[in-house]
Amino acid sequence: MPAYTLPFEKPILELQAKLGELRRFSESQEIDVGEEIRRMEEKIAETRRRIYSTLTPWQKVQVSRHPLRPYTRDYIARMTEGFIELHGDRRYADDPAIVGGVARIDGRRVMLLGTQKGRDTKSNLRCNFGCAFPEGYRKALRLMRLAARFGTPIVTLIDTPGAFPGIESEERHIAEAIAVNLREMFRLPVPIVVCVIGEGGSGGALGIGVGDRILILEHAYYSVISPEGCAAILWKDRAFSDRAANALKLTAGDLLEAGLVDEVIPEPEGGAHTDPEATAARLREAIVRNLDALSSRPADALMAARYDKFRAMGVFGETPVPPPAPPEAPAEPPDTPADTGKDARQDKPAE
Amino acid sequence: MTLFGKRSQYSTVRVRKRDMPDGLWVKCPGCSDILYRQELDEALGVCRKCGHHFPLGRAERIAQLAEAGAFEEWDAGLRSMDPLGFTGTASYTSKLESHARRCGYPDAIACGRARIGPHAVGLGVMDFRFLGASMGSVVGEKVARLIERSTAERMPVVMCCASGGARMYEGMFSLMQMAKTSGAVARHGDAGLPYLTVLTDPTTAGVMASFASLGDVILAEPGALIGFAGPRVIRETTQQELPQGFQRSEFLLEHGLIDCVVPRSRLKATLVELLTCLVPDNPARAGAAPAAG
Ligand SMILES: [Zn+2]
Repeated sequence: MPAYTLPFEKPILELQAKLGELRRFSESQEIDVGEEIRRMEEKIAETRRRIYSTLTPWQKVQVSRHPLRPYTRDYIARMTEGFIELHGDRRYADDPAIVGGVARIDGRRVMLLGTQKGRDTKSNLRCNFGCAFPEGYRKALRLMRLAARFGTPIVTLIDTPGAFPGIESEERHIAEAIAVNLREMFRLPVPIVVCVIGEGGSGGALGIGVGDRILILEHAYYSVISPEGCAAILWKDRAFSDRAANALKLTAGDLLEAGLVDEVIPEPEGGAHTDPEATAARLREAIVRNLDALSSRPADALMAARYDKFRAMGVFGETPVPPPAPPEAPAEPPDTPADTGKDARQDKPAE
Repeated sequence: MTLFGKRSQYSTVRVRKRDMPDGLWVKCPGCSDILYRQELDEALGVCRKCGHHFPLGRAERIAQLAEAGAFEEWDAGLRSMDPLGFTGTASYTSKLESHARRCGYPDAIACGRARIGPHAVGLGVMDFRFLGASMGSVVGEKVARLIERSTAERMPVVMCCASGGARMYEGMFSLMQMAKTSGAVARHGDAGLPYLTVLTDPTTAGVMASFASLGDVILAEPGALIGFAGPRVIRETTQQELPQGFQRSEFLLEHGLIDCVVPRSRLKATLVELLTCLVPDNPARAGAAPAAG
């Protein structure tokens, strides 16, 4: 049983305690309560199903941060064969918050990389709670370019609260490292499949998140700002994180509806942490299927479609532009055929 | 040569003296001196005593950089929507309305074709007063269109940046503008055209982590706050004292990000010189607009 329980999982925990009592009673008294035990187990499963099928956005954020949730290395171990980890950005350091290397998934060669959280204090100090430094993003780009040179498709797994907000991060230009990745990922002539497996924390997530297919696990989230950060700005109080999580439309379902992700991968009942093996199998299936769908595309078409995919993101209105007001100061250049411009503009008010 | 092409949609951005905070007198945050507004305007919004660079409105920035009458605004009809139906302490729609009323324009960036000295360029100017020049769908779309159209018309792009980051009220639509604008920069660069960014106070977060950081040449105004995370967040997260001058233009020059810190009085001349040296086949490009009548 999970040693860690989320607040809304309490009813499950209580039933599990009762089940334990029942078992102990049955053993000590040598009375057959098999029927009661079966009913209790059913009730637990039913309660878990009910809770997990109606999670609020804020509860999903908590599931995505569950300390027993599988992390990048757990998926690498379960989904791939022959993973060889490749280290370092060849400029400054090796950042353990981003893991990368070559591997095979169902016989297909891939460059696999992802943000990595720690499981305990020691490992969290090492990989900085999954918050990458600039060298992490630069390592990721080095590995992706390496993959591109040899036609190896790229898979990225995202699970980070965000890029690390610290002095060294700024001194080594974390913003530039992310920006360069965004620009360069459009130039990679190989298929890129991105999957948000836990926390999709803003720019730190997007820094390895430009791809041809964007997948997301059912209880993962992907957001422009953390619910706590949003609550602190709007309500000056982190206690409003649940309302912020609602407002931000950050769940997998919301994002699919908005057309910002391509596919939601269902998690086992009770969340990925209750069955990492099954979650990894589903993730592998989705990755392989999407890689195969992309594998026959010529590089130019692939990159053009990737550009168009992100180019289309955004919601705005467009109204015809009112006629230009007569300029106050020096008029338009004397050789300007201003009336021609006006006529043409009326013919074609908007692009 | 014409700057007002046949097929273009355009409007004139009026240069208004009142684009900086109202009032006849302003207090300088740099030296606490009380400055006479008109004198400050005449000094390009720079304190004569301490050199503090006041933020500029879009019209003032355009007036300072572009030749008179040589700015043709593009995509002025784009309007922000409220795709999430965002309501926190106030609704996003009401915020958009109040900022539009106060600023006199509908969103945080003006984009268009300008002439800077002899050079025809795509010019983008962000205005911090509009919702902290945060990047939502409209800012992202206008930046992408500016860069794409400049690519098609073979013009360099000059981007004057200022921003508090991605616009929270549009959620993930805002975040994705970072990818969209960076993709457009990639194509512009692939076409062999220079992209110059000017970082002004403040340029941070999502805008800094996308098109603002990607300049072939990155200029900064003196003393501008430039970075990814805000100083307060960094202090709270790390519990560390921040170094002197942390995240300011001069600090970033020293740490190798910025090519040049340029006072406002020299900004236009610097851009003209850079364009002269970097734009292929200069200066005839001004006449290369396809719609030239
Ligand atoms: Zn001063």
